[in-house]
Amino acid sequence: MPKLRDVCSQVRSKNAGPFWITVDLFFADEAVYRRYRDDRAIGAGAFASLYGVDPASIRRFTVDRLSVVKVSYPRPSPQGGVVERDMHSGQQFADLLEVELSGDRTGAADVVVT
Amino acid sequence: MKDSRPGEAVVIVPTGALGSGVRAGDLRRGIARGAHAIALDAGSTDSGPSYLARGVSKYTREAVKRDLTVLMEAQAKAQIPLLVGSCGTSGCDVAVDWTVEIALEVAAELGIAPRIAVLYSEQSRSVVKKKNAAGRVRALEPSAPLTDAAIDACEHIVALMGPEPYVHALREGADIVLGGRTTDTAVLAAVPLMRGAGAGPAWHAGKVAECGGQCTADPTDGGVLVRTGADYFEIEPLSASNRCTPHSVSAHMLYENADPFRLVEPGGILDVTGARYEPVDERVVRVTGSSFEAAPYTMKLEGAANGPFQTIMLVGIADPEVLAALDLFVERLSAALHDRVRATFGDEADPYDISLRAYGWNAVSGRRVPGGTPPPREAGMLFVATAATQELATAIAKACNAHFFHFPLNRSDELPSYAFPFSPAEIERGRVYEFVLNHVVEVDQPLELVRFAWPAVPAKAFARGA
Repeated sequence: MPKLRDVCSQVRSKNAGPFWITVDLFFADEAVYRRYRDDRAIGAGAFASLYGVDPASIRRFTVDRLSVVKVSYPRPSPQGGVVERDMHSGQQFADLLEVELSGDRTGAADVVVT
Repeated sequence: MKDSRPGEAVVIVPTGALGSGVRAGDLRRGIARGAHAIALDAGSTDSGPSYLARGVSKYTREAVKRDLTVLMEAQAKAQIPLLVGSCGTSGCDVAVDWTVEIALEVAAELGIAPRIAVLYSEQSRSVVKKKNAAGRVRALEPSAPLTDAAIDACEHIVALMGPEPYVHALREGADIVLGGRTTDTAVLAAVPLMRGAGAGPAWHAGKVAECGGQCTADPTDGGVLVRTGADYFEIEPLSASNRCTPHSVSAHMLYENADPFRLVEPGGILDVTGARYEPVDERVVRVTGSSFEAAPYTMKLEGAANGPFQTIMLVGIADPEVLAALDLFVERLSAALHDRVRATFGDEADPYDISLRAYGWNAVSGRRVPGGTPPPREAGMLFVATAATQELATAIAKACNAHFFHFPLNRSDELPSYAFPFSPAEIERGRVYEFVLNHVVEVDQPLELVRFAWPAVPAKAFARGA
């Protein structure tokens, strides 16, 4: 199966206020977006285990107009504390590039807008 | 070229942050297009808690003064209001006053005497405690209910204003409004709302334009112009060489935003689920279908506290044997350093923390590197000691210096010397600051927690060279 780096034109991460981080997966075109937007490998559970957060706290959105899957998760500790490694969370996307898609469409979305 | 149409509010957003570089040409072009106001933001929590805890601006005085000079000159010439939100990065009182003082200096140098309104939204601990005790403070995810201890820990607490205080100041005759902490969107939505534009388009336009040119094809090429009507807004770059596209505009709802469809603001919720983005021409985008649902008025609270102190050391490692076993090395070194602290200070150093971060390996993520990853050519090993005082953090670093510098991968190895780039090796980094509040406070009306001031602006006669 392809990796996210093969099917996305851009993958990015950023702080969304001091208590949240948000990740945007821009799929290269609508066809690959339709094929993979609900993939288990980019479901809430997969993000929870990659970033070490409670799966119930993850918010996941599919933005059909932009062929984007957006995932937001609470920071393990607020921005800028003793253990800060990435103040703006702008480098947290890198490990996602190597995530291999599963072909299993059970990564259900919180919100779907068409 | 279109001039403003009836019922339409035209706002120049010259940049995403005061002090980042306003271009006079952008303002001229916007004013020529019939702008009713210039609005921009000067702050954010984006760069971390230290700016709010200390009340210090992220941008230098020189950069802010230079931007204010360009803006105030354009304001005086065009006689349209200038609105600046979240002055001095954090928007706490001392940061607002710092900005006001610069603005007064600029007015004197330009020989102008604009009417300046100042909006303060810093809150005392006692006001926040009273609101909390009355059950009118609510925690946002993922935070816990607010306690008096958390309130007492904060050096500064600000409440994010909506557009109403700006509208009030403009109705009272302000030429320039310098605001404390405000939502990014509110300062841009104020004039459109005051002029009767639709709430959905006004708030949505504010969100899209909050970072200036970030919503254009080339974010380095100047700010934007926003026209807001009853049921639409149009957005275009101020620079003739730049473009807005449906993609660049709609994608901005994703940026630094946990929810791409719904945005909670002081008096309601912006919902862009049904928004349509259409090109007007090659550089202008028209947006329709955004709505604003009114809700009980709340202001978000931000608060930052003083934390412990840190002292750091850095070594470079190029030894291939160490680099080939970096995780093992970090594990052994960490244990040795904690033993050393214990042997030197007993429990006198508690609570302390030592963090080792291998740059070039996994310092940024902090996660395990997948097996089979080839070793790096070099790595930078950052040592971070955190303790209650700067003296103690430095003492811990000094106690660890020799181990950090000479630690062998295996006991039997000859003692290596890693590459210190500095002497002395330890660097006192100062305090850690911490964001504490992630709550909203309910208010009876939008001006309840806002204070107004109208500083005296020296008359033109006193201007330099006048």
